[in-house]
Formats: sequence, structure tokens, C-alpha cells
Amino acid sequence: MLTVTDVSKTFFPGTVNERTALDRLNLTMAEGDFVTVIGSNGAGKSTLLNAVSGRLIADSGSIEIDGRNVNRMPDYRRAKYVGRVFQDPLAGTAPNLTIEENLSLAFLRGKRRGLGPGLSKKRRGTFVEQLAMLELGLEDRLTAKVGLLSGGQRQALSLLMAGFTQPRIMLLDEHTAALDPQRAELVTTITERIVHEGGLTTLMVTHNMEQAIRLGNRLIMMHEGRIVYEADDQKKASLTVQDLLKEFANIKGATLSDKAFLG
Amino acid sequence: MIGAVEVGLIYGVMALGVYLTFRVLNFPDLTVDGSFTTGAATAAVAIIAGWNPVLATLAGFVTGFLAGTVTGLLHTKGKIDGLLAGILTMIALWSINLRIMDGANVPLLRRDTAFTPLRDAGILGTWGGVAVLALAVVLLGLVVVWFLTTDLGLSIRATGDNGPMISSFGVSTDFTKTLTLALSNGFVGMCGALIAQYQGFADISMGIGLILVGLASVILGQAILGQRRLLLAVFAVIVGAVLYRLIIFAALRVGLDPNDMKAITALLVVIALLVPRWKAVGGRVGRRSTATSVAATSAKEA
Repeated sequence: MLTVTDVSKTFFPGTVNERTALDRLNLTMAEGDFVTVIGSNGAGKSTLLNAVSGRLIADSGSIEIDGRNVNRMPDYRRAKYVGRVFQDPLAGTAPNLTIEENLSLAFLRGKRRGLGPGLSKKRRGTFVEQLAMLELGLEDRLTAKVGLLSGGQRQALSLLMAGFTQPRIMLLDEHTAALDPQRAELVTTITERIVHEGGLTTLMVTHNMEQAIRLGNRLIMMHEGRIVYEADDQKKASLTVQDLLKEFANIKGATLSDKAFLG
Repeated sequence: MIGAVEVGLIYGVMALGVYLTFRVLNFPDLTVDGSFTTGAATAAVAIIAGWNPVLATLAGFVTGFLAGTVTGLLHTKGKIDGLLAGILTMIALWSINLRIMDGANVPLLRRDTAFTPLRDAGILGTWGGVAVLALAVVLLGLVVVWFLTTDLGLSIRATGDNGPMISSFGVSTDFTKTLTLALSNGFVGMCGALIAQYQGFADISMGIGLILVGLASVILGQAILGQRRLLLAVFAVIVGAVLYRLIIFAALRVGLDPNDMKAITALLVVIALLVPRWKAVGGRVGRRSTATSVAATSAKEA
């Protein structure tokens, strides 16, 4: 479904601020895989998601979605295949448009937009059905402006909008990090439901190790632009936060000793 | 007075264009100072060449549209700041407009214009004329409302509201921005074409400061009528354009010099921009209990 091969990305190359965000990274995801991504700050997690979504173009390597090479495809064209939810709850929706207008925008993911009416009875029916799944009562507020919703509600709506057209790949970038614990829990539950019901192939970055273990069928740990640890379904079943912390310490140590060795 | 209302209604076409960029796209587009004259020049030259006045007016739309496209491409493909892109096109249009007119002005004396039938029927300058013009402008406003509720129109509104979001759903914001700038300047060009015919000449300096007139109309109208609902927001723009002309009319009546009008316009825009803010601040300072509700309402409106 998603094949990332030898992808590298360096920011500010040739300057004192040069930073390698992705270092010949490889990742393969099968259809229906739900991979959680953890790693320290600057490990390249968000860069990986940006490279897959097309917001950033990788320096080298190749990215294939569904066997199609998308290396040079700008983000708005990759959007046909890639759904995305950001950390900022305000990023995924248009605040001055109504809930139904936002859904209508999402409904046409990757399709040509012409002069047909943006809202119709039929579309509204679909939206009500989908919104009801969130169990937030938003289906009764179709004509409310999205800017009036709370952060949690907006993030739930963003998730729905990103997922309900069943994109080939779903990217979740710490999408519960900016919410209070209760709202984060709600959005996590909704995430599970949407991913499960749509059978979506999902790549989720999180800072929450407990969440990374609980969700999905695979877990990867990134460090300095590479995948340094990977747990498959079986391994993940018995994985604890303690294990992950230990792995984390090991990896950091390894890098340190490498450097010491070279230096 | 009736004349001022008529002119205001015609300028409503321009204000609708400014609304598209300034409010919908959130893009202060200075191209209009040039594209207004471009539309006027195009129509005037076309009429002199014997074109049907309606066709000549549409030609004004087309040249305005092209001017907007240039600004759009400079901004999106050339990554030039929006204000600067508009200024660049506006300045370049000055020379182009002189070329089109082959001089600084084109008189339309004794030529058939789009307004000739109205004038011949004797209703121009009466409330009948106002009614005809109002009907035409309101129809155009309804077309704008319709357009903004289509799939394409929705994606344009989302571009102004949250660009990265709509591009994550597969819309090229470069395209929507350029298209909106083009349509906006098309309206402005068409308005220039109509004004040239109404006043009987096109002149190189007729577009100077026009962006402020457009902003004044949009801000004034929406400050009074609100902009919660799309229909109301669009209608408010037309009302604002008429209101602006009436204010200018009144200012002249009380003895101000026509040369003062640019400063009056600027002042009007400043007032219209500041008053809503003062209201919010005043509420906070004055009555503590209502401060939060005022802040909440203004947040909602924003």
C-alpha cells in the first residue's frame, strides 16, 4: 500500500543549521496496517508524514502509494490518496464555513469541483449519518459555523472529514496532543472507530507511548531520521511502556557510543 | 441625490469584486486601481470602434479578468507577496491603459452606450432608473451568492479561510486564488466599463484610489448589515457601495471640496475598521459583567 524507500530529507543544507530529518528511511505498509510512530523531538516523525503527504518533497528516495510513484506529486494531488489530521485542532477545518460546508469540501476529496451545488439533500443525508457516528450531537448543528465548536469537537470533525471518503492512506500527526486528557480519549476512541470501520491504512505519530502500544498493529520508533526499533503484531501484544523506555535508552546510548567511537 | 444612488449601484459591481478578494479570499488586491481603468478604456475604445455597448462592457470584464490573472500568477507561481503583486500589476496597467486609449482619455460623446436606452426612455436620473440599476446589480449579487455555494465556490471560500486544509482535500489553492483574483478584477473591469459609459468618457486617472472605495463599501455595508450569512454579506456590499456615494454626496453638499474626497474615503475606511474594535474595548472597560459576552460575540463574528 505504502512503500517508502531510502527517503532522505535535509533541512537548510550547507548551513550551520543543517539538520537531517530523514536518513535513508525505509518503511513498507500493507493494506489495513495501522502503524504507530514514536520517537524523540526532531526524530523526523512529522517530516515522514509531510514527505508522504507531499507537503514536503524528499531530497532522494522514492515514495509509492498503491504502487504509484508519487515523488513529484504536489500535496493537493496526493490528497486523492492521502487523508490527514494535524496536531492543531484548528488546522483541519475551515472556521467560517458551516459544518455541512466543511463536510462537503471533504466529501469531494481529489475530485473535480465544478458548478454543481455544494450542498444537496442527498449529501446532507450522508453527512447526518456520518456525524451521528461521532456521538457528539453535531448532526443537529449542520448549519453552525465550525469556529463555534470546541477543540475536541473540531478534531473529531477533522478526523471524520479526513477518513470518511476512505483515502488509501490516513496520516495522523499527534492529533490528540493539543487536547485535554478527556477530549484526547474521546478523539482516540473515534480514531479507532473510523480507522476500523473504514479499514484504513494508517500511520499515526504520537508522543504518548501508552497510546502507541494500545492502538494499531505495528509500532515503530524513530531516531535521527531512521527507524531504530520496530514491533510487529505479536511483539506489540506483550509490549509495555517500560520496554519502550528501555529501548529508547539503548538507542540513545548506542548513538552516543557510535559518536564517541568516531570522534 | 438620485444620481448618487445610481452611481453607487453601478459601483456596487466593483464592490462585489473587491468583496471576492478582500473578504472571501482574504487578499487585499490593489490591482483594482488599474483594472478599473483597463475595463473602462477597453469598453470606450470598443464603443468608438463601433462595437455593441453590451459587448464592449463584456470586453471590459475580459480585460479586467486578464489583469487579475496576472496578479494571481505573480502571487501564486511567482511567490510574490500579495500586496506587491497587486501593486506591480496596477503600475504596469497604467502604461497599458494609456496604450489602449492611445492617450489619457477617450470621450464617448454622442455614442450609443449601455445607458442610451435608459436615457432615451427618460428614466435615467429618476427612481425608475434606480430601480432598473438596483435590479441588475442585485441579480449580479445573486449570481455571486450562487457561485459561492457551488462546489467550486465552496473551495474558494475555504481557500480564504484555511488554505492548507483545503489543499489537503485536493484543491490547488494556486488555482482557486488566481481564479478569484481574475473574477474579482473582471467585475472591477466591467464596472469601469459601465462608469465610463455612464459619465461619457474614460480617463487614465479614473481608477486612482478605487481600492479604498471598494474597501469602504465592503466594510461599511457589512458593519451595518453584518456578514453572518452569505446572502446578507453580499447584499451588504451593494448597500455599502450606495451608502458610500451618499456620504460623498453629503460631504460635497456641506461644502467640502471634491479634492478632499480621497482623504474622506480613507477616513471612512479607518473609522469603519476601528469602530467595531472600540466597541469591544469599551465594553471591557465600561461594564465588567458584559465584557465577556461582548468579547464572545466579537470572537464569533470574527
